[in-house]
Amino acid sequence: MESRISKSPAKLLRALFSGTPLLAWFLGALAAVLCEQAVGMRVADAVGLPRIPVLFGILFMLKEPSLIPGALLYASLIYILPTCLTARILAPAANRAAAFLLSVSTGLSALVHLFILYGALHFWTDLNDYRLITAKLTLIAVMVTLSLNVINGYMGEFSCSHPGFMALGAYGATVFNLVFFVNDRFFGPALFPPSLGPYFFPVGLVLGGLAASVGALVVAVPSFRTRGDYLAIISLAFMFIVKSSIENLEVVGGPRGLSRHPDFATLPVVFTWTVLCLWVINNFVRSTIGKALNAVRDDETAANAMTVNTRRTKMTAFLFAAFWAGVAGGLFAHVVRYVNPGMFGIQKLAEVLAMVYFGGLNSVYGSIVGAVGIQLLGEALRPLEIFKWIVIPLLLILVMIFRPTGLIAFREFVVEDLVKPKKKEV
Amino acid sequence: MPLLRVEKMTHYFGGLRAVRDYDLTIEPGQIRGIIGPNGAGKTTVFNLITGIYKPTEGRVLLEGKETVGLKSHEIAAMGMGRTFQNMRLWRHMTVLEHIKLARYSKLKYGLAGAFFNTAKRRREEKEGEQKALSLLDMMGAAHLADQVVTNLPYGAQRRVEMARALAMEPKLLLLDEPTAGMNPEELRQIMIMIRDIHRELGLAIFLIEHRLRVVMELCERIQTLVFGEVIAEGTPEETQNNPKVIDAYLGKEKLF
Repeated sequence: MESRISKSPAKLLRALFSGTPLLAWFLGALAAVLCEQAVGMRVADAVGLPRIPVLFGILFMLKEPSLIPGALLYASLIYILPTCLTARILAPAANRAAAFLLSVSTGLSALVHLFILYGALHFWTDLNDYRLITAKLTLIAVMVTLSLNVINGYMGEFSCSHPGFMALGAYGATVFNLVFFVNDRFFGPALFPPSLGPYFFPVGLVLGGLAASVGALVVAVPSFRTRGDYLAIISLAFMFIVKSSIENLEVVGGPRGLSRHPDFATLPVVFTWTVLCLWVINNFVRSTIGKALNAVRDDETAANAMTVNTRRTKMTAFLFAAFWAGVAGGLFAHVVRYVNPGMFGIQKLAEVLAMVYFGGLNSVYGSIVGAVGIQLLGEALRPLEIFKWIVIPLLLILVMIFRPTGLIAFREFVVEDLVKPKKKEV
Repeated sequence: MPLLRVEKMTHYFGGLRAVRDYDLTIEPGQIRGIIGPNGAGKTTVFNLITGIYKPTEGRVLLEGKETVGLKSHEIAAMGMGRTFQNMRLWRHMTVLEHIKLARYSKLKYGLAGAFFNTAKRRREEKEGEQKALSLLDMMGAAHLADQVVTNLPYGAQRRVEMARALAMEPKLLLLDEPTAGMNPEELRQIMIMIRDIHRELGLAIFLIEHRLRVVMELCERIQTLVFGEVIAEGTPEETQNNPKVIDAYLGKEKLF
């Protein structure tokens, strides 16, 4: 009896939710956003908020301290309570469903989970355009962070050229779409009927990705002869070269950049590409061919002695990572529907590096946490204005002191473990 | 045809001659050893044979094929496995991953398999895993499969390193001071293990050793290297009684 009483609340909560599978949590999230759709306005009124909070009420809290209780109440009533309640109630049924799905195939189970997650995201972003663009940018940040983690985390080299690769991808996809599917003053009338555009959007993105890979080849050939700081310096130079080249290329708008992007990067499109990117990268890093990257990082001489072609391994991984950065860049340009070389400078680099090192090296989970965390934090702390750039770096320093490899480093992303039914702790 | 043949191999580090006119012949299934004081160039000989350094002069033939000029991973894939004096394990990887990775050159699924998790890749990975586990079982390390190597005790790390070299299915195994830093009990175990490996897999072994007792017990023939030159070659008894070897190890007898 006594041991029950002395249990801490955290332990009690853990015991209460220990048997809840991911499926139930996703359904809970879906229930919460549907709940917001139905009664969000009325609840916001009741707790004294002027309108439905955009990002979980943090913006209100920072702007107007008197609204803090209301915002907290709103977050608990609309998000936390429905999510937890639904997850807990549905847990037994969700466990059976998860077991059944897993018995059919892991792929099917993953698809069902993703579908529900997308549903939640869809209804959440439905209420507000700012939410929509934040969600899209966050998904793109996940792609960029993952791809950089392949180089900086899994391979253990320090690359600074990711904004450059994004720029190549962004301009590649933009020029492709503007030339073929858009009537604009800059490139003249569309060469193909604009209605075909959305179907060829993936082609543009892949071309952008390939352009980035070609750029990566230029960096890789001189830098991978030996190990050391060469890559960091050459890739940094590459980033600046790309930026100033585009600034001086009047064909693609020079420093003013290009606009009039068609609205092809809708939420489902961005979501699908992010999932595809995550799937391919996770497959790669979990294969023995991908593990060769870890071997190169930990001891290249030993890797060579164990039949690993280290030079080819490094080149492949670098080009592969650049490809996904390029695709992410293409999506980025179409989400903000405007592109100029200033977007792909040192600030972008700092942002992406922060996401990788904050989340955790050598870990897909880490990249997701890092990208989502830093991106949302960046948006949520907007009211702090200039102080935002004190809070976020401070947070990074703290993470580096207490967890030098990042929040969730060196963890394998195993889909089976993620979607399997959960047993209750006793 | 001998398994490995080294002819007149010479190597310079800048102006320093590290190895001079080194000759070696290893027949299939033979155990040979190389001894010598610190800095004699023993590890350099290994690095030259395995292609980490390129010899300044001379030839190295593995099963009659010239290996000088090839990359070290290519030479390794031809059937030359090795261990390192300081082990060089991959510190963030598990034991199982070490063993699976040593079969890298035998993977056939390619990048498409790696990116898209094809049926072929799943089959090959599973096969590799089973082979790795049975090898670990043979080495008495199957229970360590999921451990990250840095968490293991020293003796177990040595065992893992040996297993990693064996996973390449080499014809010739080069062991660089396999007993370095071991206590007498670990030493006894590793010697039994080397004998077992030799008997069961029938491969040729070439080892560098510091402790004379180990080489004397294990090897059929021994070379003594001093300042990059072979000063004596013969059976353990011949080597033990060779005055040049005694000189090199114990110093010259003072006559007055």
